[in-house]
Amino acid sequence: MNIHEYQAKEILKKYGVRIQEGILAHTPEEAVAAAETLKKDYNSAFAVIKAQIHAGGRGKGGGVKVAKNLDDVRQKATEIIGMQLVTPQTGPEGKKVHKVLVCQDVYYAGPNPDKEYYLSILLDRATGQNIIMASTEGGMDIEEVAEHTPEKIFVEHIDTRVGLQPFQANKIAFALGLDGNARKEMVKFITALYAAYVDIDASMFEINPVLKTGDDRILAVDAKVDIDDNALYRHPDLAALRDLNEEDPLEIEAGENHLNYVKLDGNVGCMVNGAGLAMATMDVIKLSGGEPANFLDVGGGANAQTVEAGFRIILKDPNVKAIFINVFGGIVRCDRVANGVVEAYKNIGTINVPIIVRLQGTNAEEGAKIINESGLKVFSAVKLTDAAQLVKEKLIEIGAA
Amino acid sequence: MPVEKQDSNSDFCISFQNNEILYNTIYMSVLVNKYSRVLVQGFTGKEGTFHAEQMISYGTNVIGGVTPGKGGSVHLDRPVFNTVEQAVKAAGANVSIIFAPPFAAADAIMEAADAGIELVICITEGIPTKDMMMAKEYLKGSKTRLIGPNCPGVITPGEAKVGIMPGFIHTPGTIGIVSRSGTLTYEAVSQITSAGLGQTTCIGIGGDPIIGTTTKEAVELLMNDPATEGIIMIGEIGGGMEAEAAYWIKENGTKPVVGFIAGQTAPPGRRMGHAGAIVGGAADTAAAKMAIMTECGIHVVTSPADMGSTMVKALRKELA
Repeated sequence: MNIHEYQAKEILKKYGVRIQEGILAHTPEEAVAAAETLKKDYNSAFAVIKAQIHAGGRGKGGGVKVAKNLDDVRQKATEIIGMQLVTPQTGPEGKKVHKVLVCQDVYYAGPNPDKEYYLSILLDRATGQNIIMASTEGGMDIEEVAEHTPEKIFVEHIDTRVGLQPFQANKIAFALGLDGNARKEMVKFITALYAAYVDIDASMFEINPVLKTGDDRILAVDAKVDIDDNALYRHPDLAALRDLNEEDPLEIEAGENHLNYVKLDGNVGCMVNGAGLAMATMDVIKLSGGEPANFLDVGGGANAQTVEAGFRIILKDPNVKAIFINVFGGIVRCDRVANGVVEAYKNIGTINVPIIVRLQGTNAEEGAKIINESGLKVFSAVKLTDAAQLVKEKLIEIGAA
Repeated sequence: MPVEKQDSNSDFCISFQNNEILYNTIYMSVLVNKYSRVLVQGFTGKEGTFHAEQMISYGTNVIGGVTPGKGGSVHLDRPVFNTVEQAVKAAGANVSIIFAPPFAAADAIMEAADAGIELVICITEGIPTKDMMMAKEYLKGSKTRLIGPNCPGVITPGEAKVGIMPGFIHTPGTIGIVSRSGTLTYEAVSQITSAGLGQTTCIGIGGDPIIGTTTKEAVELLMNDPATEGIIMIGEIGGGMEAEAAYWIKENGTKPVVGFIAGQTAPPGRRMGHAGAIVGGAADTAAAKMAIMTECGIHVVTSPADMGSTMVKALRKELA
């Protein structure tokens, strides 16, 4: 689960990770009040207005702005709140900004130069251990650093049984070229960060940038935190941080119906049992001349209700020109799925796109018979090659290939 | 040593030692066979009950199950034990299949390993990653092999089904199958059965980011199995397991391997159902994996509909 920067920073602060302080605002008035408070509490000369959406690259799309005075805060907050923010990660339609985080200015002059770093914690699937990744190239896309200057990325594996050890935090701080008080501050920062990561069942932390201020303090200027969905049951406080505004309405509806749905941009909807087969079915659609409009795994319980819910969700996507249902019945019997398809079709009334149903496995022939005798605009196949051919023909027929 | 309390299940303690000798010395097959003595963890729950019944009717030697607190009772005509240790001592279990709920599944894996179970197959989906990291550490250095979690299990057709796959689509034969997914494996099985080849053993290794047996390890087991003449390796986006397996095959392969990677059309950064199916860096896209596999001599198919027919061609040496 993704959470916002302001939520991530609140969590980190609780674990003793120093952060760039900020106050959440939903309106320009609240933003001005927040900036006044920050000025009073932290003697902050400027205020930084940051759009709170679940996507990175906000600065590139105009979602992060520095305001020099309170009038400027009002103006910039007015610009950002309500805007449709497009970043390299949102897609061309962008995301609507509902709130901003008004932050203290941390790039103040001090006895030493300030400097930005990069830190992340994530699972290394090859070893099954957590790793801490650190780089002197703060503020940059780590993917770019990895591609052009991989030698500037330092990786430390953490032993699962004993956790992060002080020598490891030290190694990282030295690898970043820090010494004196800044090094000690970084060790503290990394130690607190790792403790937070483990305790909240995070699946990713990315702190970019981590800032060494002019007076050698280390703090998180931004924070991206992902939490392991499978562990949310033991963190009800974190589960409550979910922001439905940030999710696709169709994906929310699918979740309520226990369907695993991901919206995509193509023209052929699909409904499949099993995640691997669902991905493979998307690939078949592409090879048949279409583009997948979604990923949809109905799981083990493909019945009339789930099929109907799936139909309704897929049909809400105006781009869908055909639907491909691919079910391999093991425990699920194909005749039941076929009845479910017919029933759902009749319940919905008119479906104006061709539907290709491929049922294989338990009672596959009976399933095909039910589909073929239903009198509906539904085409059936048993073998995957035949189904792929059918999808291709139908797409050509309707001019969508 | 404290005296072992006489277990009420001792009636079921038949002479399993003889079978074990057979299992270890004479019999050749991969992971499970008719001599496997299968224990069901989470035996009396809804899932455990349903699938235990299916496994028993397939002919799997299910010797009993574990449900803490229900030890001493009988379920599906088989004994229920409180702990895996009791089941091992009293009934000689050497394979276990786990249907425990997500919050208890990592613990169930460790309990099975502690009791000396040789093969643990964890079906459970949705185990927190942190719990699996612990279980994986716990297994290091033990003799226990873990398959899964979040997998359909393992089947040696005609001998033992230790999983949730539909038994009837399988037929004994010469092709080994390794896969990270459930229904997509059934797809491959069905194509292989239609092609008249049949399967030696099908291993569903699971769709999670942390799993016990990797693609490479499963491929290695099948490559070393004299009965297996060809291998189908099914991967998906995310992680580096398929590349690792491919490089191993390039060095050690002695049999044709047909490969498919699901998720060629998956967008980066989005999780596609399986917790492990997310495109992170450039190296874990379907295209990157397919290129590596091709380079390593694997017959890579772009359509999942072609897995069976390509294996037939590969066995006839009709492919380059």
